[in-house]
Amino acid sequence: MTGNLRGKSAIVGTGHAGFGEAHGLTAYEVMAQSALAALDDAGLKLSDVDGLFCTMMEDSMPGLMAAEYLGIEPRFLDSTMTGGSSFVNYLTSATMALEAGLCDVALIVYGSNQRTASGKLVTASRPPAYEAPYNPRYPISAYAMAAARHMYEYGTTREQLADVAVAARAWARANPEAFERGPLSREDVLAARMVGDPLTVRDCCLVTDGGGAIVMVRAERARDFPKAPVYVLGSAAESSHRQISQMKDFTVTAARKSGARAFAAAGVSPSDIQAVELYDAFTINTILFLEDLGFCAKGEGGAFVEGGRIAPGGVLPVNTNGGGLSCVHPGMYGIFTVIEAARQIRGDAPGIQLNGVDLALAHGNGGVLSSQVTAILGSQNTL
Amino acid sequence: MTDAAGPDKVFRNALANQEILLPRCDDCGAYHFFPRVVCPWCHGTAISWQRASGRGRVHTTTTVRRKPERGGDYNLCMVELEEGVRMMSRVENIAPDDVVIDMEVKAFVGEAEGEPAVLFRPAEE
Repeated sequence: MTGNLRGKSAIVGTGHAGFGEAHGLTAYEVMAQSALAALDDAGLKLSDVDGLFCTMMEDSMPGLMAAEYLGIEPRFLDSTMTGGSSFVNYLTSATMALEAGLCDVALIVYGSNQRTASGKLVTASRPPAYEAPYNPRYPISAYAMAAARHMYEYGTTREQLADVAVAARAWARANPEAFERGPLSREDVLAARMVGDPLTVRDCCLVTDGGGAIVMVRAERARDFPKAPVYVLGSAAESSHRQISQMKDFTVTAARKSGARAFAAAGVSPSDIQAVELYDAFTINTILFLEDLGFCAKGEGGAFVEGGRIAPGGVLPVNTNGGGLSCVHPGMYGIFTVIEAARQIRGDAPGIQLNGVDLALAHGNGGVLSSQVTAILGSQNTL
Repeated sequence: MTDAAGPDKVFRNALANQEILLPRCDDCGAYHFFPRVVCPWCHGTAISWQRASGRGRVHTTTTVRRKPERGGDYNLCMVELEEGVRMMSRVENIAPDDVVIDMEVKAFVGEAEGEPAVLFRPAEE
């Protein structure tokens, strides 16, 4: 997003459905329920939607499927698939489409029933030809190798990784919408079943059902809706590879570039951000993204998260809903970073509501640390 | 290289003949992997094949945990070859947990999932 798109669009509705276990529901039913919830939040109807931004795990033409399901014929349709980051990426394309007059009401939406449908990741992706023969277990093997390299280069410890999961759980415990709300200690994480060294099952995101949706309009009419508007101040997408074997530096992600561009577009810096919502598919993600987005120096992420520093009452509120580790992770989590950031700004976060949040960051990750998309959202006060 | 075979097929045909070939760009001189019709570094399209030295070093590694009845744990790693390219592979002839970053390894053509594949063993055995 270039500087001239700063504050040109706003989120006026958010919604979700099917969190945890959506027994008896298909992925498209969860998607549609999420869309209806967000439109209700915005005081709009499906017939008002003329821009649709959607991808799903199980189809190669998910945008068409979703439009058909919802009974709409959008003037603008974007189903660009960059993995879980897609929905943060849509903030840019939705803003562009709105600003260009290509649509007036943009609906970003996702839904999945992966937990009750199969209990594991449902994906239309094919295993990469030069990796598949070695039986990598995706996505965890990729993240495990990134974590191992980070530990090797910077002395990051399993305890520090565990503290990311412990902090996420502490936020989730106060969030009635979160799926995992039981106590979790560092020792619990370390003693959990090892899945791919150095990551245990508690270093991994949940496998849940769930969907989310966001309604956006041009900023000029954003104050005409029931909820306080949340403005898109900056957003930027970067990608560095698709296959983990092509990642040039296993300890540095493209978030370094997406973050720098998003901050420049918004005209703010990491120290201004009051709530940080990161795509925490694995505990190493949080450490990598805090470093790459500039909240701490490269290699210092382990120390940065240690001992509750990103937990409630810590120095930086990170993943205030409990994240993909403890709140919800239906195959792709990206949209929930935006929803939680927006709700913190609006003041109606489902769990711990921080005081006076004007600036929040949502960061999406896609593939195997492949796609990185950063968005900075702000209240009316930040315009 | 025959006219019919693209770089993917050339690489696989060589593996079937127990040979590990690596693509190298004639323009910039750098190796790349996986094989492509265009150099990912300089975008040159004149690419030649060189026999790999087979010498490499483990760049990062993980043990994939699997139940014993399904075959047990196995190694998965990224190996950086002397030529400067990395590939996913596994180190055999060693317990998966004993594979460590920076360990020197030597390539061989083995079999993975029923197809010829580049595998590694510890350089010092």
